[in-house]
Amino acid sequence: MTRRWAGSASVLSGYLVAAVILFGAAPVLLSDFRLRLLAQFLCVAMVAVGIGLAWGSGGMLTLGQGLFFGLGAYIMAIHLQLSDAGPAGRPAFMVTGSGLPWWWELFRNPVTAVLGIIAVPALLALLLGLGVFRRRVKGAYFAILSQASAAAFALLLISQQNTVGGSNGLSNFRQFFGFALSDPVNRRMLYFIAAGVLIAMVAAVHQLRRSRYGELLTAVRDGEERVRFLGYDPALVKVLAYVVAAVFAAVGGALFVPIVGIISPSNVGVVPSIGFLIGVAVGGRATLLGPVLGSLAVSYAGSTLSENVESLWIYLQGLLFVLVVAFLPGGIGSLGAALRGRRRAVGDVPGRSAGHGPPGRPLVDGGGPERAPAGARSGGV
Amino acid sequence: MPKLRRRHVGATLTAAALVLGTTACGSRVDDTGEASAAGRAESCVDTSGDSVRIGLLNSMSGTMSISETTVRRSLELAVEEVNADGGVLGKQLEVVTEDGASEPTVFAERATKLIQSDCVAAVFGGWTSSSRKAMLPVFESNDALLFYPVQYEGLEASQNIFYTGATTNQQIIPALDYLKDELGVTSLHLVGSDYVFPRTANAIIKAYAEEHGIEIVGEDYEPLGSTEGIQTIVNRVQGSGADAVFNTLNGDSNVSFFAQYANVGLDAEAMPVLSVSIAEEEVPGIGVEKLEGQYTAWNYYQTVDTPENEEFVAAFKEAYGDDAVTSDPMEAAYTSVYLWKGMVEAAGSFDVADVQAAADGVGFDAPEGPVTVNGDNHHIAKTALIGRVNAEGLIDTVWSSDGPIDPDPCLEGYDWAAGMDKDETYC
Repeated sequence: MTRRWAGSASVLSGYLVAAVILFGAAPVLLSDFRLRLLAQFLCVAMVAVGIGLAWGSGGMLTLGQGLFFGLGAYIMAIHLQLSDAGPAGRPAFMVTGSGLPWWWELFRNPVTAVLGIIAVPALLALLLGLGVFRRRVKGAYFAILSQASAAAFALLLISQQNTVGGSNGLSNFRQFFGFALSDPVNRRMLYFIAAGVLIAMVAAVHQLRRSRYGELLTAVRDGEERVRFLGYDPALVKVLAYVVAAVFAAVGGALFVPIVGIISPSNVGVVPSIGFLIGVAVGGRATLLGPVLGSLAVSYAGSTLSENVESLWIYLQGLLFVLVVAFLPGGIGSLGAALRGRRRAVGDVPGRSAGHGPPGRPLVDGGGPERAPAGARSGGV
Repeated sequence: MPKLRRRHVGATLTAAALVLGTTACGSRVDDTGEASAAGRAESCVDTSGDSVRIGLLNSMSGTMSISETTVRRSLELAVEEVNADGGVLGKQLEVVTEDGASEPTVFAERATKLIQSDCVAAVFGGWTSSSRKAMLPVFESNDALLFYPVQYEGLEASQNIFYTGATTNQQIIPALDYLKDELGVTSLHLVGSDYVFPRTANAIIKAYAEEHGIEIVGEDYEPLGSTEGIQTIVNRVQGSGADAVFNTLNGDSNVSFFAQYANVGLDAEAMPVLSVSIAEEEVPGIGVEKLEGQYTAWNYYQTVDTPENEEFVAAFKEAYGDDAVTSDPMEAAYTSVYLWKGMVEAAGSFDVADVQAAADGVGFDAPEGPVTVNGDNHHIAKTALIGRVNAEGLIDTVWSSDGPIDPDPCLEGYDWAAGMDKDETYC
């Protein structure tokens, strides 16, 4: 009982500290430019929170979150373009096009746009997830599939010059649901929205992880066949986490658009999809706060370092990723545990210490014979 | 009970956070769709000292870094020369450099930083249209100045950007005139990368062709940076029997295109190719022997015979080695620094509004020849040059327009372009 109370107090104080930093300290201490940058990082961190759930708790290496990030972002961008163009107007970039595509009209209304940002990625993730997990595709096969979907999405966008601006993407937004984006007060409001949404997402994942569902998700990660024998359907368990991760990515993308002012295929392809992942891996994918803090730290380091030493960050980022994956699969957060573990006597079973994911887990689940994908067994490729 | 409380507190906190966030509201957009000027950020440019800051924003990493590094070098050369010559309005230029990383969002981010944190008086840089489109709202909402040095698809004229590369009536249309009048071309095959510049260029070419009785026998696009479909495209070009090819391919696709072109036995004699994105730097990568005799359309070549160019090429080789070549975007970047200097001195002030007001008619004897700023559309009058690649990999001028051509980004002076779709924001 005392342990529960202590946990409750630390959780509460955690939220308090986050709220004080994000809503109190940051807006006071940071210049408009730095605050905008932080807002941008918060959007990326939203994707990371989702990856933390799907990959950290659920063992699904989602290498293609750019797909969902892009869906949310493009729906928001289409809505903003249409509201700039006014009733019945069409966006300025369609100079070489013929007419407004019918599916643009769906997102002219602010309500349908917001619904679309959540429903379209959720539906797609549901279909993709059911198709993939029902067939018991997992591990590296799932990772490759998800990455390919992001690559295909980016290619599709590039080929759609007349409907989504091709490689230029969509940009030059003037308003966000009626509020002028050139006004610093409104830009600050966008930051507050991003901060609030991020805290809400972390709280949601916290609840999910503590619930029965969270236990089940971790169980599926650690022994999918055993969960199946207990009478649960692991595919459904995984699909839910995958859908939640997709929606978080989409909301991050949707807020990214008014904050950054542009969305283009280079934000949704393979490279940004891996970029989302690096912060999660570095921060510790199986912990609650690891993905958020890791993502924010990586974004901040990338921005600061490349401001000072051009192109150095790309190499450092690669090196950091390799080092973490090779020597510290639990992320920086597990450094202490890893050191303690080393000091312990040899032969000690690597303990499943305080809960989710011991530091020594492999990057991709699905190594042993029990975990070979169904497709491989039935002779498919 | 504890469980319930925790949930309760968490929910209250997040709800409070959201409410707090949404109550901080600024100005709304009024009926005309224009943001009120009241909310705009104030300029923080400091001109009280004996130096003034400018920003150089080019991709020093990523796919565009090879091209944009050359632009950075010529910008730095121009700044050095200006500083050695006493600076601008007696103030030395202090350069703040940023890496755009070939990524539009990074361009937007760094442009904001240069304007708001570094308080630069002007920013020079950008290459791809996507980088310019990403930066445009940043410069408009902060009321700052960008000098953009690359030829582009036109149909844009922001008051916060000065375009020192060619617009379409200074490159594409003279190239078409040359093909029609000098080479007697009556049919064209269009080949381009699939993005906004080739699409817009080809829309212009088709309108021109319809007016002047030129037959368009084919139009093919290859995704940017891809080479997979080039073989098929070259086969179609060969089969089309066109008099000439108008090439708007960009980047690596050109390497593959000209390799296949030679493979199927085509050359400049059999079917000339006129390219608008191949400059001196690209020639060695594609192969001099494959390009020899082929045509290009630009406003500057390293071989241009002016005293200013002789100095520019000599200074560039001295700074960056004898192998360094100069090209159109590099020259346009070099020129942009001098044009900004001219505008500031004409205005007697670094203030953006003063510079904009003084811009009209500011001229410079650039390496390409005399250029003049148009105060309405912020482009510059420049001479169009058609060139042919020679055996050394440089480009010789074979035709030039009668003096500088006035910029017409919206193609208002061409009746045949009246029916084209144009961006209503600027045109």
